Amino acid sequence: MASTVRDVERREVVTAWKGFNGGLWQRDINVRDFIQQNYEPYEGDDSFLAPATERTGRIWEHLNELFMEERKKGVLDISQIPTSITAHEPGYIDRDNEIIVGLQTEAPLKRAIMPNGGFRMVLNALKTYGYEADPHVVETFTKYRKTHNEGVFDAYTADIRRCRSSHILTGLPDAYGRGRIIGDYRRVALYGVDRLIEHKGQEKLGLEATPSTDESIRDREELSEQIRALKELVQMAASYGFDVSKPATTAQEAVQWLYFAYLGAVKEQNGAAMSLGRTSTFLDVYFQRDLKAGVITEEQAQEIIDDFVIKLRIVRFLRTPEYDELFAGDPTWVTESIGGMGDDGRPLVTKNSFRFLRTLYNLGPAPEPNLTIWYSPRLPDGFRNFATKVAIDTSSIQFESDEIMRRALGDDGAIACCVSPMLVGKQMQFFGARANLAKCLLYAINGGRDEITGEQVGPKNASVDGEYLDFDDVRTKYEAMMEWLAGVYVNAMNVIHYMHDKYAYERLEMALHDYPLLRTMAFGIAGLSVVADSLSAIRYAKVRVIRDQTGLVTDYQIEGDFPKFGNNDNRVDQLATWLVSTFMDKLRKHPTYRNALHTQSVLTITSNVVYGKSTGNTPDGRRRGEPFAPGANPMHGRDSHGIHASAASVAKIPFRDAADGISLTTSLVPEGLGRIGEDRIINLRNILDAFFSSTGFHMNVNVLNREMLIDAMEHPEKYPHLTIRVSGYAVNFVRLTREQQMDVISRTFHGGQSS
Amino acid sequence: MSQAGALGQTPLEAKSPFELRVNLGGGVPESALKKALGTGEFGFLHSFTTGSTVDGPGVRLVAWTAGCNWRCLYCHNPDTWNMINGMPVPLDQAIAELSKYRHGLKIMNGGLTLSGGEPLMQDRFAVRLFSAAKAMGVHTAIETNGYLGDRLSDKEIEQIDLVLLGLKTAPARHLHLTGKEMGPTMEFARRLSRLGRKIWVRFVLVPGLTDDPKNIEQVAGLAAELDTVERVEVLPFHQLGKYKWKELAINYSLEDVQPPSNEMLESACEQFRAVGLQAY
Repeated sequence: MASTVRDVERREVVTAWKGFNGGLWQRDINVRDFIQQNYEPYEGDDSFLAPATERTGRIWEHLNELFMEERKKGVLDISQIPTSITAHEPGYIDRDNEIIVGLQTEAPLKRAIMPNGGFRMVLNALKTYGYEADPHVVETFTKYRKTHNEGVFDAYTADIRRCRSSHILTGLPDAYGRGRIIGDYRRVALYGVDRLIEHKGQEKLGLEATPSTDESIRDREELSEQIRALKELVQMAASYGFDVSKPATTAQEAVQWLYFAYLGAVKEQNGAAMSLGRTSTFLDVYFQRDLKAGVITEEQAQEIIDDFVIKLRIVRFLRTPEYDELFAGDPTWVTESIGGMGDDGRPLVTKNSFRFLRTLYNLGPAPEPNLTIWYSPRLPDGFRNFATKVAIDTSSIQFESDEIMRRALGDDGAIACCVSPMLVGKQMQFFGARANLAKCLLYAINGGRDEITGEQVGPKNASVDGEYLDFDDVRTKYEAMMEWLAGVYVNAMNVIHYMHDKYAYERLEMALHDYPLLRTMAFGIAGLSVVADSLSAIRYAKVRVIRDQTGLVTDYQIEGDFPKFGNNDNRVDQLATWLVSTFMDKLRKHPTYRNALHTQSVLTITSNVVYGKSTGNTPDGRRRGEPFAPGANPMHGRDSHGIHASAASVAKIPFRDAADGISLTTSLVPEGLGRIGEDRIINLRNILDAFFSSTGFHMNVNVLNREMLIDAMEHPEKYPHLTIRVSGYAVNFVRLTREQQMDVISRTFHGGQSS
Repeated sequence: MSQAGALGQTPLEAKSPFELRVNLGGGVPESALKKALGTGEFGFLHSFTTGSTVDGPGVRLVAWTAGCNWRCLYCHNPDTWNMINGMPVPLDQAIAELSKYRHGLKIMNGGLTLSGGEPLMQDRFAVRLFSAAKAMGVHTAIETNGYLGDRLSDKEIEQIDLVLLGLKTAPARHLHLTGKEMGPTMEFARRLSRLGRKIWVRFVLVPGLTDDPKNIEQVAGLAAELDTVERVEVLPFHQLGKYKWKELAINYSLEDVQPPSNEMLESACEQFRAVGLQAY
């Protein structure tokens, strides 16, 4: 009897895998091996691509109407059924015409409540958008069910709370889902869920003989939860009429299966970033098989991808306006990693890499999915030219160093969020926002007192005395203050992730990871260029302090000039690299939850505005409240020697001490890339080649002009799809707050007129 | 060394090439200035920038020299007329700075462009900097009005891969427009052509000043006489330098002139194309 079942299963697998080259991937769960054995690199240009079909146009048009309404109301609609993989009935945009199906709730753009991360956030969001909270839900999550958010605050120390309220630590994921975990959604398409459940069962079986310690008990419980989530995934897909317990047999099914897996994740989790992984080349194997068999045409292939991308564009989470102020523009960071080189020297570029980029023309520019090119100067010309053209035409893609990440991770990594690389299905991170190191410098100067409130937040160290700041004195005090801050920061992160695992565990995403896996704890810093320039001013100019009546240093007067970060000048660039490495060293001294590996990012997204707002005058001449530069960018307008110099400074920041990513956003006016259209593509490609031939890690390229942005501020309705890249991701300009818009405009525009 | 160190305290900071720079070299005694010009040990620079895609082929490092022998009515950098407005930069410091970018410049098919001001006012500095660039394998270009071209020997010209040559207007109005006659410029241009050195002709289209089709036709005719013109760049006049005239208290005659329309630019390009030149 049992053997008959196995025979049937084998037959199904045989059909699903027909025509594929065999390999280790058949015996193990090993998607990378499947890709390597089967993919066909594409070295041509974009001329094979197909335009959007009429069907695609109609669906997108219909959604555009809903987007308008959503923008007016803030959110289109809210479902108060607490979310889970199976909580909502199937939903459709246009049931008869959709090729890839599945929505987070029963209607497009209708947002679900996800209380496990934090019920307070849910209540705030409901109130903001004028919804009465469902009393049953309130009862459940106040009386019977504790959430991550409550758990965290039960275990926070007084130190952590103080740092949180003073904003020296900001954006901690303690009230919502942490995100930045990428399930290997490809596994569902390649293997079918039954096989994955079986595999998870074996992983759990491997723990039978392990003594029941805290660790192994937790691991066993988690594996059981993962299996449960996989079963729910099968159920959810079944409600749409599909059986994902078995492998996908066609390209359309492969996309559908993969999307169901991703959809399960975004039904279950309101993560700060819900990235997709590295799917285009994997899927291309299925597309090639169907194209060769004559089952589909290029037009149909593109239509499937267009429909898939439409789904990714309408992922929504219910969040509060405060959250949006921090992260700007309602982002979901559905990041898809495209391109890169293989370990064996073949480019991982396929026709499907082109099709994903083509969606930016077929559907117009958009911030999501966050299409991220793993860039290497060794990628084929056809692809580099096309990607560069797309960047110039849409400003909707970002570039990251395939060279650096492949050396660190191998050739099956993906970006979570904006710049955080991880190996798909084998690695996850505990995400942890940012420490404001500019504020920390001010604490060092003021002996732990907050420069705005005057309160004692940090340890009561000696403050600076005398009229002028002394470099060695400030540096010593700064190191001591960073030492303290690093400790508090690691403590906070440990609490957060302990509680997140306990109350809001990502069951499905983790089910699509190997057991055991590598965990990193991703710390972040804000204010890099402010601190570098401040230290430079103290060292190379003279900085006089101005105190208030309580002795608090509240302002600075700079006498003389000093080198500024962003001009390829080692006198100050070294101060920036010193800062990154020093803070990293201090973080490493503190043990992490689940022995996660410490990493760090220099990335601020649009929150550089918020960080600036809560930071007083700084010794570099920046005024209180003024925005920081985003990510690892030089301060606006201080990088006075052009993009080559500016990028060279940023490229000096050592990846080994910032392995969670280093973000550089550059804005260019089209004329700044050359006088002729073709020249612009070649020039930008050459700029990327040069940056990524050296140690550049990441580059956002905004190609636009100032007038366009100013006009967009006044007339948002004219620019519904105006996308700009801000430090690590793209955003709809019109969704930014006015303050953020002003910040974007005041950033350095490189290039311009010939002399 | 001490001087280089001291100078290093104030690098060539300018927010853009359009920032007003005045009297940065004011502390330099005249005897030192003359000596520097004679040997090329020092150059007087207004500023430099990287990542330029509009000053020659590829992505380039551009240094603007201070000092110009012409007084073009539409100049957008009148603060570069006077050499003393530049920053004295030792040759070895300039070479060291260039050296930082040499790998990137090669990858980006770019190079070094010396612009101004008029770089040939400091011909010794220019020649030595270009030789150093060539020794690093970096492509070299000079943007010049060509008037002082006879200061360069044939051998020195070989160090310059590309000349961006400004042909401002037809000879008849040249003195009025620039303050000098056109003869020496055309002599230099013909010499470059004879020597087989590549030229990009630059022509600034100023409404009411240079846009007369007859004027353009004559300039195009002169350009067409040359054998080595790779392209002609028709640059639209702009007003970014207007405030400098005001601040320097020089009488500016183009106060109300608007930049040319795209149609005007295109029709000027057509005139150059009509004589067989590539024009953009």
